Amino acid sequence: MITVHLVTARMPSGPQTMPSTATTVDQYHAQFERLIGGDLSSQPEDLLQLRYAAMDRFEQLGFPTTQQEEWRGTSVDSIARTDFQLLDDSDLADQPPETFCLDDELVGSQVVLVNGRFAPHLTALEELPAGVVIQGLADVLAAEPGLVLPHLGRVADFDEQAFVALNTAFLMDGIFIHVPESLHAQRPIHVIHLSAIGEMPGQSHPRTLVVAAANSRLTVVEHYAGNGTGPAFTNAVTEIVSQKSAGVDYVRVQREPENTTHIATIQTHQEADSRVALHTFTTSGGLVRNDVNATLRGPGAEVLMNGLYLVRDHQHVDNHTRIDHVAPHCTSNENYKGILDGHGRAIFNGRIVVHPDAQKTNAVQSNRNLMLSDQALVNTNPQLEIYADDVKCAHGSTVGQIDEETLFYFRTRGIDRDTAQNLLVDGFAREIIRQIAAESVRISVQNLVSDWLTDGHIASGPDRDKLGVSITDHE
Amino acid sequence: MLEIKNLHVSVEGQEILKGIDLKIKPGELHAVMGPNGSGKSTFSQVLAGRDTYEITGGKVLYGGRNLLELSPEERSLEGVFLSFQYPVVIPGVNNTYFLQAAVNAQRKYRGEEEIDAVDFLALIKEKIKLVQLDESFLHRPVNEGFSGGEKKRNEILQMLTLEPKLAILDETDSGLDIDALKIVAEGIDSFRSPERSFLVITHYQRILNYIEPDRVHVLLDGRIVRSGGPDLAHELEQKGYGWIQYDNSAPGNGADA
Repeated sequence: MITVHLVTARMPSGPQTMPSTATTVDQYHAQFERLIGGDLSSQPEDLLQLRYAAMDRFEQLGFPTTQQEEWRGTSVDSIARTDFQLLDDSDLADQPPETFCLDDELVGSQVVLVNGRFAPHLTALEELPAGVVIQGLADVLAAEPGLVLPHLGRVADFDEQAFVALNTAFLMDGIFIHVPESLHAQRPIHVIHLSAIGEMPGQSHPRTLVVAAANSRLTVVEHYAGNGTGPAFTNAVTEIVSQKSAGVDYVRVQREPENTTHIATIQTHQEADSRVALHTFTTSGGLVRNDVNATLRGPGAEVLMNGLYLVRDHQHVDNHTRIDHVAPHCTSNENYKGILDGHGRAIFNGRIVVHPDAQKTNAVQSNRNLMLSDQALVNTNPQLEIYADDVKCAHGSTVGQIDEETLFYFRTRGIDRDTAQNLLVDGFAREIIRQIAAESVRISVQNLVSDWLTDGHIASGPDRDKLGVSITDHE
Repeated sequence: MLEIKNLHVSVEGQEILKGIDLKIKPGELHAVMGPNGSGKSTFSQVLAGRDTYEITGGKVLYGGRNLLELSPEERSLEGVFLSFQYPVVIPGVNNTYFLQAAVNAQRKYRGEEEIDAVDFLALIKEKIKLVQLDESFLHRPVNEGFSGGEKKRNEILQMLTLEPKLAILDETDSGLDIDALKIVAEGIDSFRSPERSFLVITHYQRILNYIEPDRVHVLLDGRIVRSGGPDLAHELEQKGYGWIQYDNSAPGNGADA
C-alpha cells in the first residue's frame, strides 16, 4: 500500500536557538529553594541529597538547545521563555472521581495523580492482591523508604538529561507500584496523570516508579490527560525495574490538550531473562518529546519497544529511543510508526548500542511513516552502534504515502476514496496496537485511534512530488 | 450489456488502444487474446476506471449508460467487476473486513440494510469453499503473503461475493498451476448465467478449455484484428500470434456482427 523508500536518514540542521539564559534557570532555582524550604521533614536525607544534586546538575546543563545533537530538531525555547508556575492539586480536592474517569472500563483499577501529586480521593482501587503496593511516592517515602530508595533516581540517570534532572529536583510525590516475587497481577493498573491548570502557565513533574520483583507479571497503563486552558508544561519521568524473569507490559497514552508541552523520559532497568514491553502512543499535545530508553543488564533480557504517533495541525512530536544491550544473549524488537497529516512534524531517532560484552545480541528496529499531507514533515534517523562481533542487528525506516493503485483497488470494489483511506490508516496503526497483550487496554487504545481518525480532516490525495520528506544519506 | 465503439486510449501521449469495437450481450462470455504489449491490461483498467489513461476517442456504453463518465466505485456499484492481473496487497486490512466493507457499500447504494459481521462471516464461509481456500485466509490482511494462485482465487472469491453483472477477468489464469487453474475456471463457470456477461482477457488459450467462450477476439497492437468462435482460440494455440501478424488479408475489424 505504501510507496517504500528504504532509507536511513539524518536530520537537517534546524534553526538554532540561543542557550537558555541564566535568568530562566535562576527562576527554577528560586522555585526549588521555595519548595525545599517548605515542609520537607518527611523526605529521607538520601532523597534530599539526590534532589540537591539534580538541581545542581540542571543548573549546569540548562535547557537543551538545538545546537545539541540530541535536540537538533526540537526546540524547547518556548519552555525556557515561559514563566511556568508549579501547580498543586488544591483546586481539585472536592471533585468526584468520575470527573476524571477516562473510560468506564477502568473503574476499580485506576489511580489518579493531579499535577504529579497522588490524589487518594480520586483513586478507586479494588482490593489488591497481597504484597502489591500502589501508593503515592510521598506516602511510601514516609512509611517504608526502603522499598523505594534503592531504585528511585537510580534508573533514570540525570547526568546528561536536563529534564530528568529537573524532574528529580522537583520530586515531591508521584506514584509507586510494586509487585512482589512470583505474583502475576491479573488486572491492568491504570495510572491517570492529570494536568489541571488554570489560565496561567503551569508546570508539573509527574514521577512514576514501577518495580516488578523476580518472576512477577504486571500491566501498567499511564494516561496523560489535561483540562487546563493555559499553557502547560508536563515533564514526566517513569522508571521501570524488571527483576530476574519478571514481565512488565507498559502502555503510555498521551492525550493532553494542544497547549501542552509534554516532555517524557521512560527508562527501564532489566535483569536476566526479564521481558518488558513498552508501547508509547501519542495522539495530541502541541510539542511532545518522548525519550524511551531500555537497558538490558542481565543475559536473556528482552524488550519490545513500540510506538505510534498521530500528528496533525501544527503538532511536533519527537520520539528518541535508546536501547543499551549491556549483557549477552538479549533481544530487542523496536517498531515505531507515524501517521502525519496537516502541517504535522515528527522526528524519530532510534539508537541501539551493543556494548562489547553483549555477544549474541539480536536487535531489530523499524520506523515507518505514512504521510497524508504534502505539508507534513518527518525526519527519521535509525542508528546502530555495535561494539561486539557476534550479533544480529537490522534496522530500517520508510516514509511513504497511500498509493493510487491501492486506492483504485478499493474503488473497484465499490469503496469510496475516503473510506478506503480510513481503512488503510486504521490498518497501518493496528499493526502496533494489536501487540498490546491486555485486551481491555488494546480496545481502549484502538478506540482512541479511531476517534483520532473520525475527528480528522484527513487530507485527500497527497501530492507525490511535494511530500515534505527531508532525507539525506546516513553518514 | 457492454458496447464499445472506436475506443482510443493513450498513455503519456502514446496511443495504446487504437480504435476498439466490441459488443457483449447479456449471458455472453467473450475472450480477448493477445501477446504481451498488445494493450490487454490497458483495456481492462480503462473499463474499470483507472484514471492514469487518457481516453482520446470513442464510447463505452454499459446497460445503455456512458460508462466512462462513472467513477471506479460507481462502476463497481453498478455491477462491473475487475479481477486484477496483479491483485494489490493491503497490509493491516483484514480480508473479511475488506469484503464486508465492499458488500456494505453495495447495499447502501441500493438502499438496503447493511450486513453485520456475524451474518457476513457465515456468508463468506460458504463462498470461500467454492474457491477451495482455507478459512484462515479470511482473517489475514488482504493478499498479504498469498501465493500467486491464492491471490487469484481471492479475486474470484470477491467476484462470487459481489455478484457483478459484468466481470472483467484480466489474466486471471496467468501464473496458476493446473490445479489452481481448474479451481478458478470452475469458479467462473459456475457463476455464468443468462443475465451475466464476462470479458476474459488472456494470453493463453488453456483457461478456455474449461470455460467455453461465445466469441474470441485477437488484440494486436491496440486493435482487434480478428474475431471468431471458440475455434479461433485453438487455432491461435497451434499457430501462435505470428500467424495473424503476417496474415495481411485478415480484416482489421473486430466488431461483432
